[in-house]
Amino acid sequence: MSLDRRNFLKLTGGAAVLGAAGTAEARPNKEPSPDAVGMLYDATICIGCKACMAGCKEANDMPIDSNLAEPGQPPIWDTPIDISDKTLNIIKVYKQGSAEVKDREFDGFSFIKRHCMHCVDAVCISVCPVNAMRKNPVTGVVTYHPEVCIGCRYCAFACPYNVPAYEFEKPLGQIRKCQFCDHRLKQGQLPGCVEHCPTGASLFGTRKQILEEARRRLSMRPGEEYEYPMQTVDSPHKHVATVKQYQPYIYGEKEGGGTQVMMLAAVPYDKLGLPNLPEKSAASRSETVQHTVYKGFLAPSLLLLFLLYITNKTVRREQHEEERKQLEEE
Amino acid sequence: MSIPQPLGGPIWTKPFKVFAVFAAIGLTLIAIRFIYGLGAITNMSNGYPMGLWIVFDLVIGTAFACGGYALAITVYIANRWEYHDLVRPALMTSVFGYTLGGIAVLLDLGRYWNAYNIFLPWQVNPNSVMLELAVCVLLYIGVLWLEFLPTLLEKIGFKKGLHFVNHLLFVFIALGVWLPTMHQSSMGSMLIALGAKVSPLWQTDLLPLLFLLSALIMGFSVVIFEGALSAMGFWKPMETPLFIRLARIIRWVLAAFLIIRLSDLIGRGYLGLAFNGDLRGNMFLLETALFALPLYILASYKHRENRQMLFIAASSMLFAGIVLRFNAFLVGFSPRPGYVYFPAATEIMVSIGMISLEILAFLYFVKRFPVLSFGEHQTKTAQ
Repeated sequence: MSLDRRNFLKLTGGAAVLGAAGTAEARPNKEPSPDAVGMLYDATICIGCKACMAGCKEANDMPIDSNLAEPGQPPIWDTPIDISDKTLNIIKVYKQGSAEVKDREFDGFSFIKRHCMHCVDAVCISVCPVNAMRKNPVTGVVTYHPEVCIGCRYCAFACPYNVPAYEFEKPLGQIRKCQFCDHRLKQGQLPGCVEHCPTGASLFGTRKQILEEARRRLSMRPGEEYEYPMQTVDSPHKHVATVKQYQPYIYGEKEGGGTQVMMLAAVPYDKLGLPNLPEKSAASRSETVQHTVYKGFLAPSLLLLFLLYITNKTVRREQHEEERKQLEEE
Repeated sequence: MSIPQPLGGPIWTKPFKVFAVFAAIGLTLIAIRFIYGLGAITNMSNGYPMGLWIVFDLVIGTAFACGGYALAITVYIANRWEYHDLVRPALMTSVFGYTLGGIAVLLDLGRYWNAYNIFLPWQVNPNSVMLELAVCVLLYIGVLWLEFLPTLLEKIGFKKGLHFVNHLLFVFIALGVWLPTMHQSSMGSMLIALGAKVSPLWQTDLLPLLFLLSALIMGFSVVIFEGALSAMGFWKPMETPLFIRLARIIRWVLAAFLIIRLSDLIGRGYLGLAFNGDLRGNMFLLETALFALPLYILASYKHRENRQMLFIAASSMLFAGIVLRFNAFLVGFSPRPGYVYFPAATEIMVSIGMISLEILAFLYFVKRFPVLSFGEHQTKTAQ
């Protein structure tokens, strides 16, 4: 296409308009609220009893999730294979080789608990078009609000932990996810999984307390005895166990901008199925790009004005010419 | 300027009946979806929460429907009125393509009865790419119908209305360039929030630019592609000289796309992934080859002049855009471990049904409404 000078100026003018607004600042990761709640899952003291799963089902009134039922027969046991729209919390197992020794990477096994991590800078909140995912400004718990949710499932698509689950089998389904038993926290109760955990493997506290506790455990020598608190970090009830060789790293301190549920384990986290995430949250990356283009809607507005200016000239002129021709013909 | 004419002829032809059957099957399955839920007729799962309907019907379908957008830029913004005759048919496929994309989203929404919330200013989340996408696509569907209105009004001979719409046409046209610029790029931005869940071969902050450029490429290609098909199907001469000149514009967009795509991959240090020999690497190579082939074809004047070559180039670019979108949304996507996704037959039949509906509408409109103008450019523009 050969451009004459006028058209060239028009096009470069448009490009300049777009470029001028491309200077918005990058949005940093969000910070945790000072009173954010937290949960520590320590795989080395988890005995795999799955009481937390039963506790979760009871606390959230969730149905049986059976993958073993005989065709045509009602399910007998709850046998989920992953978190889903029927199961908000699950204990999974890692096995390698002969799987002889617990908390060993090779020829060993380990448990791992999976549910919503309650990200500090949660991507599900960032992507939801109608604010159906919300973060409690004090506790930091990420809650779901079906009354406004449009069911687009962008939250499930974007979540790095694949947590939000839509009820595909229902005609009027909704998203299901762990909400840190927000309804129980409001009544001064503990989350269902924590309340039922017999060893303190699921431990409740503030995010700060949880981080301190996790660091304390990492500083201990393997083989030492330690009084593991049960249910809450500051609980008087303790359970004495031998300290295992931890991975020297708290999963969730920094992952994707940090989470409020954190993990300790003896087996590398990627072996346990936890994703390896950069420190920069995906929400901040996405919003930086989006805000660079749409900051204050300035660039789009200028672009529209520019387009109106041009079409007003080109379209009108052509229409006038046509009218003139028609008149001449008549 | 040649005047568009209805083609005339019978509506109930054999192809029309075949497409009507497919459309009926699709509509029946849609009824089942609303009675029993999405799981009843789709293979979507919580590993793959978005499937064929979003990726094919919306993301690919609306890019296919960018003919109106690409030509609006060429004719009204770059002031190239020699392409004006191509606008109406392109606009019409855009109208139907986008309308069906919008319907596909409504089918796919798990809680469609809450959809009005995207219009409540106090309820929406401006950080959400999905919000921008939803609002923009819906507005554009409205604008497309308004742009298409003169064609309908001419047919029924509503002079006053036609005059009024023509008076405001420049506003609709400006909006018709503005809205797709935003939402076609947003289709790419949508994936940025997925972070590491999308392979580095496709995950880049430049996704919005790549999706916008490729939508333009697809828009131009679909004009040539459909022009050739209409000429064959209705036994009319093809507007080859116009297409040849259009192909010259496409070359530049194509070259820009490939330069940005490859330098971005090299700059981020992930080009090596293309040669891993795995599915993702190979699909990336296929995608790039489909973009590069038409650039090679269109580089030579001899090829551009050749109808077959032009048609091959246009088809290749359309496939390239399709493969890019499938790759970014599904092939490059890491689902929850252990999940695989291939659309269910019923899911595919719904998409086929929707496309059939679109073709039915196209066939009906070109026969009854003044949409197509054929052939009169042969001598005027061949220079």
